[in-house]
Amino acid sequence: MPLLEVENLVVDLPVSSGTLHAVNGISFNLERGETLAIVGESGSGKSMTSLAVMNLLPKRANRRANRLVFDGIDLANAPNARMRTLRGSRLAMIFQEPMTSLNPSYTIGNQLTEALRCHRSVPIASARDRAVQLLEKVGIPGAARRLGQYPHQLSGGLRQRVMIAMALMCGPDLIIADEPTTALDVTIQAQILHLLADLKREFGMAMILISHDLGVVARVADKVAVMYAGQVVESGAARSLFGTPRHPYTRGLLNCIPVPGRTTPGAPLGAIPGQLPSLIGPQRGCAFRERCAFAAPECAGDIAFITAEPGHDVRCVRLGALGMAA
Amino acid sequence: MSETVLELRNVTRAFELSQGAFRRAAKLTAVADVSLKVGRGEVFALVGESGSGKTTLAKMLLGLLPPTSGEILVDGMPISPKDRVAVSRRVQPIFQDPYSSLNPRKSVAQLIALPLIVHGVGDRTTRRAQVLAMLDRVGLSPRHYDAYPGQLSGGQRQRVAIARALILKPEVVICDEPTSALDVSVQAQILNLLLELKRELGLTYFFISHNLAVVEHLADRVAVMYLGRFVEERTRAGLFASPRHPYTRVLLESVLTPDPDLGVPDTRIGTAAGMPASELGCPFEPRCPSAAEVCRTTVPMVRTLPDGWTTCHLIEEEAAIVP
Repeated sequence: MPLLEVENLVVDLPVSSGTLHAVNGISFNLERGETLAIVGESGSGKSMTSLAVMNLLPKRANRRANRLVFDGIDLANAPNARMRTLRGSRLAMIFQEPMTSLNPSYTIGNQLTEALRCHRSVPIASARDRAVQLLEKVGIPGAARRLGQYPHQLSGGLRQRVMIAMALMCGPDLIIADEPTTALDVTIQAQILHLLADLKREFGMAMILISHDLGVVARVADKVAVMYAGQVVESGAARSLFGTPRHPYTRGLLNCIPVPGRTTPGAPLGAIPGQLPSLIGPQRGCAFRERCAFAAPECAGDIAFITAEPGHDVRCVRLGALGMAA
Repeated sequence: MSETVLELRNVTRAFELSQGAFRRAAKLTAVADVSLKVGRGEVFALVGESGSGKTTLAKMLLGLLPPTSGEILVDGMPISPKDRVAVSRRVQPIFQDPYSSLNPRKSVAQLIALPLIVHGVGDRTTRRAQVLAMLDRVGLSPRHYDAYPGQLSGGQRQRVAIARALILKPEVVICDEPTSALDVSVQAQILNLLLELKRELGLTYFFISHNLAVVEHLADRVAVMYLGRFVEERTRAGLFASPRHPYTRVLLESVLTPDPDLGVPDTRIGTAAGMPASELGCPFEPRCPSAAEVCRTTVPMVRTLPDGWTTCHLIEEEAAIVP
């Protein structure tokens, strides 16, 4: 049985001019110990998906799913009290900006031990021991001394490590990392990603990595789901998806990024013309069709997933025209 | 190299950090003894981590901050922050975040025309024509003329920022992380536009970025900055083919290309420790994976390379090991 099953997840947000379809029927499974990367640009619904799993959506949001099951627990219908016992304990989250997601008026030690003391009612001394142990594990020098410090006394890289240590305090089964390295320098990014991979192996955690950075995703993920305008357009094993990207949007994205040694310096990069369509009002057909060079009339109809290779699914009716037929 | 359009001679900028009322202020040297020359039509890229002094250097180039010592010359003429208006005629910026660099209460036309008004260029009619021509050049349509930044996407806003920077036909454009806040597909459009405009208008870019893949795509020359100092300056091709300074190597190893088979590199360097305890020795020594005794005791001298220079004690020894 997968650790997390998501089937036909929908997130609607009421706005003044109608309903904004932020997540439009996405499905995925995650096994224990696996890393799934959800990749997409702003407005693709990737962060909304993670918040929907955690039930941290804005109050006005409307979440529906055929199945939203975590380790046998039905999250879709779980009462708030049940969710509270799961969040921070078995489901943990690392947010993008360590500058804003740590509380500036509490010490590192206070914030680290809070979740453990809430969920496990352990004595203060052993909670602090565990905090020191984890700070050392995430590579923070002088861990014991750090417990008494405030977030502003730490650099960005150290704060992000504190966030990771905090997420690990209760030994979660699933960790959701939303752009965990976007605000960091490249050298620190490599260190943090390395650390996450090590910790995942050591503790047997599953991870959902939300990112817009195709380089990060390719290096870290086992499975990848590419999101566009609230839909998953392509999903598969990282090797298969990056080896043979099939959806025109995935291929467009990969052509957009300069890659040292592969793209010719100074030559025009691939570009995706146009803009994200409005997500307000009824959505039908392929959301990418307005920007797609291969669009045809049938792209406005309902589109099913086609299995290109075992485990590699593409939501495109024009694969034949692309020379990409399964 | 072609004619020099921008030159820095031993530029240093220090700040005094207050430590409280009764303690002596600490001195932080954000930029230390930086010299460089940028030829006309070149893209000179500056890379380094946050806190390396990139933005302080950019502020000095724009005349927004005076150097503590040293000289900045544009076209051989020293620029002085006392005369910011004159500097802005020749040097213009494009900033990172188009959401905060454009006044939300001004229309696109007002934003782009402001530099013309400040410098008293043309009258109402010619300014309108110039703005419309510039909109077209940066890929915006005339219907954006009366739009406000709030009505535009991130990519369109950055196009407005580019139009505003170019309207005075400056000689040097300081691009401070111009695509870091943008989505990948928009980043590609803006990079293509910057390259196209450079070719058409013969612009010189001073390009600040922490994204080495972007730098590799755009730059002619690259300088690597660490704690306020340049540690290596090379041609683009030379730097990316054979980085010599250990810090440059770590930066290049940290570039994550979309290769699922490669995994995440283990760079084996700690986080920036701030200024080293003593003024002696190499500033990178506390983090350097190959530091030796000499690195702790002696400040490294400049080593000339066929296509630039670097400051590292160990490059001969390493050259023997790494072909």
